[in-house]
Amino acid sequence: MTWLRGHFVDVLSLAGQHIYLAGVPLVLGLLIALPLGWLACRYKVLYPFLIIGTGLLYTIPSLALFIMLPLLLGTHVLDPTNVLIAMTIYTVALLVRTVADGLGAVPDEVNQSATAMGYKRGRRFVSVELPLAVPVISAGLRVAAVSNVSIVSVASLIGVPQLGSLFTDGFNRAFLDPIIVGVVACVLLALLFDVTILGVTRLATPWQRAGEASS
Amino acid sequence: MMMNRTRIALALAASAAMLAVASCGSSSDPLASGGSTKTAGAGTIVVGSANFPENALLAEIYAGALSAKGVTVEKKLNIGSRETYIPALKDGSIDLIPEYTGVLSQYFNKNAKATDAAGVYAELKAALPATLTVLDKSAAEDKDSVVVTKATADKYNLKTIADLQPIAKDLTLGGPPEWKTRPTGVPGLKKLYNLDFKTFRPLDAGGPLSVQALKNGQVDAVNLFTTDPSIAANGFVVLDDPKSLFAAQNVVPLITKSKVNDTISAALNAISAKLDTATLGALVKEVVVDKKDPAAVAKEFLTTNGLG
Amino acid sequence: MINRILAWLTDGAHWQGDDGILRRVVEHMEYSVAALVIAALIAIPLGLYIGHTGRGRFLVVNAVGAARAIPSLGLLFLAFLWLGPRLSGDIAFLAPAGLVLIVLAIPPILSGAYAGVEGVEPAARDAAAGMGMRGTEVLRHVELPCALPLILSGIRSAMLQVIATATIAAVVGLGGLGRFLIDGLAVRDTPQTASGAILVAVLALVVDMVLALVQRSVVSPGLTGRYGKVSL
Repeated sequence: MTWLRGHFVDVLSLAGQHIYLAGVPLVLGLLIALPLGWLACRYKVLYPFLIIGTGLLYTIPSLALFIMLPLLLGTHVLDPTNVLIAMTIYTVALLVRTVADGLGAVPDEVNQSATAMGYKRGRRFVSVELPLAVPVISAGLRVAAVSNVSIVSVASLIGVPQLGSLFTDGFNRAFLDPIIVGVVACVLLALLFDVTILGVTRLATPWQRAGEASS
Repeated sequence: MMMNRTRIALALAASAAMLAVASCGSSSDPLASGGSTKTAGAGTIVVGSANFPENALLAEIYAGALSAKGVTVEKKLNIGSRETYIPALKDGSIDLIPEYTGVLSQYFNKNAKATDAAGVYAELKAALPATLTVLDKSAAEDKDSVVVTKATADKYNLKTIADLQPIAKDLTLGGPPEWKTRPTGVPGLKKLYNLDFKTFRPLDAGGPLSVQALKNGQVDAVNLFTTDPSIAANGFVVLDDPKSLFAAQNVVPLITKSKVNDTISAALNAISAKLDTATLGALVKEVVVDKKDPAAVAKEFLTTNGLG
Repeated sequence: MINRILAWLTDGAHWQGDDGILRRVVEHMEYSVAALVIAALIAIPLGLYIGHTGRGRFLVVNAVGAARAIPSLGLLFLAFLWLGPRLSGDIAFLAPAGLVLIVLAIPPILSGAYAGVEGVEPAARDAAAGMGMRGTEVLRHVELPCALPLILSGIRSAMLQVIATATIAAVVGLGGLGRFLIDGLAVRDTPQTASGAILVAVLALVVDMVLALVQRSVVSPGLTGRYGKVSL
């Protein structure tokens, strides 16, 4: 594909922007979703409110959120931070339920044993509940990653450069090549995120591998 | 089953690759079109463009000429419609953008009356807010127009927009979404030519949606830009505008006053002097029909004319 | 800002006419439901087949994963540029938008279908075989009803995503609630954009609640444990 050869550096640069706009919210979103999910799990009465509330956030069309955030936050019109914050909101919306369900799936007996062994609440959360919830949370994170990569491309409609810019540029000129390259790049990017999250999860759950090795 | 170590290595390699690419993207290469958002240093000019190819091309020409003269340039192309990028100009996200005298004048002054090039330019200068200014205008014009297919023109014997008056109520008009409320759009057609279309279909700014809709009959008349190569390519008919709803639309650089200096004015005015409608049309054709890279077409124009 | 949005939403003129809210909601639902039905017609039989026979699982699971990653905006532009010139009339706009929504709706429904069938209790399958049922009968009378909760869950998830993404149809000149987003964006009429967003969110919520009720009534009481009064 000659177009790609001539524009490889540009595509890489846009991909870099895309990774930044899709990836940073994953981390931020997770950090925010952890305490919220814990609240939903611990205080059962909060569960429906938090889940429905965050679910509602996810249905807000991305374009609308990108447009309204500069007005709500007072940021500059073209600032990519608007996209970053919007994506973080979507990630939190997806992850709160996952975190709550993941923590809720930790068997009671395990929690009780930990308490019996002298683990206080905080240490139990960090050393026992959270690690056991990692597989479920990681599955949710992978879904969020794929979703983020796709939503970020919409930001080209408000002039924020990332892989989606290839779509609008190609469309305006009725030129298929940049669009095809953009779509493939997005899919590859989603795959990259997926593999990375899987890898980090395996690093974080050595007991699962130990189980495999012994069986 | 892959060995555990191989999986971990793969994941670490993937993370490293992503970090490397991400750092590529957020580096502040001033000429990269995916520019960083750090506040541009003093002396840097941020060139923006509207979301259609001709404007992006003009922005590339401006950017190329300025960097040839040693000015640090950052590009933020394909922002959106005027209603989106003027606020960006005002809040400093961009400093310079290629504009068109007539529509810009009407944007700031709803009662703009002039229709000839000089008159429009004068009204524009008077109407601009204190922080913005325009440099020399070019002879090159790109006007909005109402376009129909040859078949429609023959069927209803259409030569001017006024000829649409008796049949408008059975016709569908297409145009960019902003036309619904803009003074040069649907309201203007009603006010000046007394046209009441059956429906208005929001499409895009003279792009493939509009061309396609006209070709396939989803709309009977559509707004296209006069330099659009699809008009000639499809045998469309541009309806005359005797009442000058679309006033003179000379290409002109719109720039934040505080950023103007002699180098910049000289470079941009030189471009305006060399550009005319025919040349602009030919350049747009290279980008839209021949699918050439706007940056490359811009560079060629500059080199041919000794401007970069 | 909130005042301006409320003012926009309560303005009677915005509800009526060709551009009105009511018309746009109807259009939005038309696009969404049509896409969902077509996606279900493709995904449910395919998912049932994979779950029942176990064949083609690896291929389909990975294809579904890749399909989820395709950016809707890019696919829309691609489909429009490719299909547009080949079709005439309104189909030239509807087909690309429809294609994108169908591609979006298939993965959740497909996953729900094969996960549902795979998750059926082996005991239930054994009982069916013991009663003399053959392959397709087992599927129809046992596996499908048992898989229904996950299938319906997949449909609900798909419907939610489709309603949220059907706003994209407006980018290619179609109607639907996305019209308020795009038109509002073009002239920086933020109350219009915000109202459009709110309407989409509310519509998605309402439809989800309706589907939840459907799920409650359709799934067998044996699975939900919800029995009426038992007379002895």
